[in-house]
Amino acid sequence: MMLFRRTTRWPTLEWTSPFEELDRMRRQMDLLSQGLSRGVWQEPAAGVFPLMNVTEDKENFYVRAELPGLKGDDLDISVTRDALSIAGERKIAPEDEKATYHRREREAGRFSRIVSLPAQVDTGKVEADCTDGVLQVTLPKAEAAKPKQIAVKTS
Amino acid sequence: MTNSESKALQPKEKAEVTAPAEQTKAGLVFTPAVDIFETDKDITLLADMPGVKAGDLNIDLRESVLTLDGDARPPERDGEVDIIREYRTGKYYRQFTLSQVIDQAKIDAELKEGVLRLRLPKVEAATPRKIVVKN
Repeated sequence: MMLFRRTTRWPTLEWTSPFEELDRMRRQMDLLSQGLSRGVWQEPAAGVFPLMNVTEDKENFYVRAELPGLKGDDLDISVTRDALSIAGERKIAPEDEKATYHRREREAGRFSRIVSLPAQVDTGKVEADCTDGVLQVTLPKAEAAKPKQIAVKTS
Repeated sequence: MTNSESKALQPKEKAEVTAPAEQTKAGLVFTPAVDIFETDKDITLLADMPGVKAGDLNIDLRESVLTLDGDARPPERDGEVDIIREYRTGKYYRQFTLSQVIDQAKIDAELKEGVLRLRLPKVEAATPRKIVVKN
């Protein structure tokens, strides 16, 4: 008989295949283990050197990057209304020829990166500061982009 | 090794480390990238520690263990909100065991643009003297 009804619903009737329950469990375990392995901190999204942090307060955007060994002269920074471009080269001076290296972990090379800003900035008033190997670029927001308080009228 | 060809720098996530003893202040601890090379006269160590000022850097050498401990204060001020955060700030900590005997009085440390240059002169007896084999 192909069709028959039952008045009571047993769990076995819901299965279309004997493996469906196992599949469901496997999917749930995969989701769980992905959450654990990815961890709280994700890989840097852009994958371009240097890694940057962008923050804002009411007046300005701040873009910071860690560039040890670089002075202001080694950097080429330019800004358009909604993007900041940072380029340069880190050079590591060669040491004495007779030196033997035990470790060589620092890297030298060129870098160039553009980061787009969430709102427009006033390009005339942008300031950049590089001390102790940390570059900080302060970008004042354009007037249109600043938050404006709206007064609520009471009737 | 010469760096005649300039290649593009690849981004590296900062290596977080668990310090041997628990910290009194909460925060992250990173391992700074370090170059160490040796000449006849001294051992020189170059460490990348961006954001660390000279006053926040402690260098300690006792019983042939060299400890670098630098505190990079977060540059963000109050009222700043994160939009993109690709790197974190914290302390830099690394320890090395030195095989050579160092003349502690003549250690030279310089911190410029976030790079520490530490020169450890070897004690005179340790500088190799070439022994000529007579025929």
